[in-house]
Amino acid sequence: MRAFWKQDFQAEANFSRMNRQERTSVLVPHLRLLASLFLLLMISSVAHAAKIGEIAETSWAEQALDFFALKHPAIRAAALGTLLIGFCCGTLGSFLVVRKLALLGDTLSHAVLPGVALGFLWNASKDPWAIFIGATGAGIMGVALVGWIKQTTRLKEDSAMGMVLAGFYGLGVCLTSMIQNMVMGNKSGLDKFFFGQAAALSSGDLWLLGITSSISIVLILIFYKEFLAMSFDIGFAKAVGMPVRALHYLLMALLTFAVVVSLQAVGVVLVSALLITPAAAAYLLTDRMHWMLVLAAVFGMASGILGAFTSYLSNNLPTGPLIVLGSTSIFALALVFGPRYGLLTKILRRKRQRKRIALENTLKSVFHLSENSGFTRKEFDISELAKERNQDLASTEKEIRALVAARLARNVDSEGDTEWSGKARFQLKKSGWHRACEIVRNHRLWELYLTNAAQYQSDHVHDDAEEIEHLIGEDIVQRIEERLRNPIQDPHGKLIPRRDQITA
Amino acid sequence: MSTHSNPEPSSKTPAPLEVHDLTVAYTKRPVLYGIDLTAPAGSIVGVVGPNGAGKSTLIKAIMGLLPSASGWIKVFGMPFQQAVTRVGYVPQRESVDWDFPVNAMDVVLMGRYGRLGPFKHPTKADKEIAMSCLDKVKMLPFAKRQISNLSGGQQQRVFLARALAQESDLYLMDEPFVGVDAATEAAIIEILRELQQQGKTLIVVHHDLTTAPDYFDRILLLNMRVVAYGKTQEVFTFENLQNAYGGRLSILSEVALSRAQKKAEGDAPDNIRL
Repeated sequence: MRAFWKQDFQAEANFSRMNRQERTSVLVPHLRLLASLFLLLMISSVAHAAKIGEIAETSWAEQALDFFALKHPAIRAAALGTLLIGFCCGTLGSFLVVRKLALLGDTLSHAVLPGVALGFLWNASKDPWAIFIGATGAGIMGVALVGWIKQTTRLKEDSAMGMVLAGFYGLGVCLTSMIQNMVMGNKSGLDKFFFGQAAALSSGDLWLLGITSSISIVLILIFYKEFLAMSFDIGFAKAVGMPVRALHYLLMALLTFAVVVSLQAVGVVLVSALLITPAAAAYLLTDRMHWMLVLAAVFGMASGILGAFTSYLSNNLPTGPLIVLGSTSIFALALVFGPRYGLLTKILRRKRQRKRIALENTLKSVFHLSENSGFTRKEFDISELAKERNQDLASTEKEIRALVAARLARNVDSEGDTEWSGKARFQLKKSGWHRACEIVRNHRLWELYLTNAAQYQSDHVHDDAEEIEHLIGEDIVQRIEERLRNPIQDPHGKLIPRRDQITA
Repeated sequence: MSTHSNPEPSSKTPAPLEVHDLTVAYTKRPVLYGIDLTAPAGSIVGVVGPNGAGKSTLIKAIMGLLPSASGWIKVFGMPFQQAVTRVGYVPQRESVDWDFPVNAMDVVLMGRYGRLGPFKHPTKADKEIAMSCLDKVKMLPFAKRQISNLSGGQQQRVFLARALAQESDLYLMDEPFVGVDAATEAAIIEILRELQQQGKTLIVVHHDLTTAPDYFDRILLLNMRVVAYGKTQEVFTFENLQNAYGGRLSILSEVALSRAQKKAEGDAPDNIRL
């Protein structure tokens, strides 16, 4: 067993320096993100250095085995604790995210600090229950103060939250510093409340966590529809007779509990991130509230375990930042790879659309060729198309190859042959011809709609139709057709392909 | 609240909505004064007036979403809180965040929540009712669509479906025609007429003077107080409209404002009366 979760005296010595860092990070929340990114870069090297320093007494995999086998009681406590924290914060934080109250989580977590200090002073020890009561009281006072400022002054909620956050936190820092300076303060362990140390979780803390998690999940299940209705449309919820004020304070109380029980492992500074980030990641992945709650809970738990484990690997890094980094990584993954709103999906979708539009434009040109021949010819060679599309042979050949690959056209001379020349002849397949007719129909109907129904000048409509022809669906096209009473010709006198002709 | 001195409604079947001498004031800005309004069963009442006339405030005050400074409100002869299940509500479309993670069906199902009461979850029957309400507003094909992926008119129809799912007798609608296309407007008014034929009572906030006389059989012309109220053809006169929208009102609002401010400073009587 390594010197895992050992009290780190150097960290104690550095405490006052940390305080200063604290204050800045309150004022500049974004610094946290930067610091996190920096830490992310550092973790690997730190873990590496630790390994070398200890002459690779255990390999990375062995450490993982050690951790996940949960043999050591401290590891069990840390793992269970961070799981429960992730669960609590993830689910409850979801309501903050959908109600656009993210800053309230921040306010809450900072407002509890003076309560922590007072709870400690109660009997000069880290009694979890005394600290719980003190912190909960301070948190509720903070939230109530925000509500009071909002109601009685012209200040808006965000200013109220910003002030309460900083005020309470300042008081908390002073109180904890005073305690640290007292004789007993040396081993108070209060510094753990700033950045969190999962190893510092006592069995009392675990009990509190278990009770809070159970209460939260039971109440969310019982009042799910109330919380949902209230979060979506508070006026309507009130109008159907829901006690929205009581529900709001219930939610705030649960959030306060969650924040307070998470302090030990995550720390005052970053617990709000655990409320927001897993929920935000879930928000990117689903369009249903109950799935968001489930996903946020899972993400929260995953971040918790990830944080506890990396903290174990790196030996002396506080758990809080690592848990938050875990959840930030999950968020980043959701942001990039999310199936619906992910960046990657967007890029792929755009690429697919560009490809489709290119295909459709080629098809349209083939239609024009056929139209110019009075629809007598069906086979064309590449040079004809190149001329029609006003481009060189090579790119035209590429386009035809794309059509063939999409099974919209075939090479007339040599089925499946790779030899192409300027004289190579091709013909649209039935599906390709249908699609070509559809595009031309969309284009001409839209032009007609713009000139007749929207009073555009007929020489203004082409460019718009070039874009719209790829975007409008059959239902809109049919509505346009009805509106224009099944027209035959477009504004330029050309025939509009009819629906029944296309499918025939 | 001095409700006892006021006459109680006398008829045996109480009116769906009775508002007597209702005054509403925000902390600084007075909004509504001495509003009287009785909506007979089976009527569509249009609440019409200029911007800032307090139309939405009236709707919200009726439902107790805003505290009233004086006067009383009775819904089917009862205080609103006892009649919640008999009142359906269509709030303004801008009042919610349409990016919220719910689909159209989820929203309509919320219309059932009031009847369900606490500790109960929607049953299959509730879901069927919600479906049929979506169908009535022709939104069934979009039931599974996340609500931000709906057009403005579609969103408004979802809100209407949610109110229909409340299966109420009195409907309060705040600007249901704002930002909808002509087809949706026609569809909505058709549904409102249908509700009326079923004997339901509708109070509809509306800002378009040109359509108001066609849509409503009664009109409440509002500008901080009741300018006129009654059958549409009697109320919708040039003089009344001039009264509601014309310049004379600015004096009233100015006086009202200064009085309210004095009251806030503590040197005016508690009850603002004009």
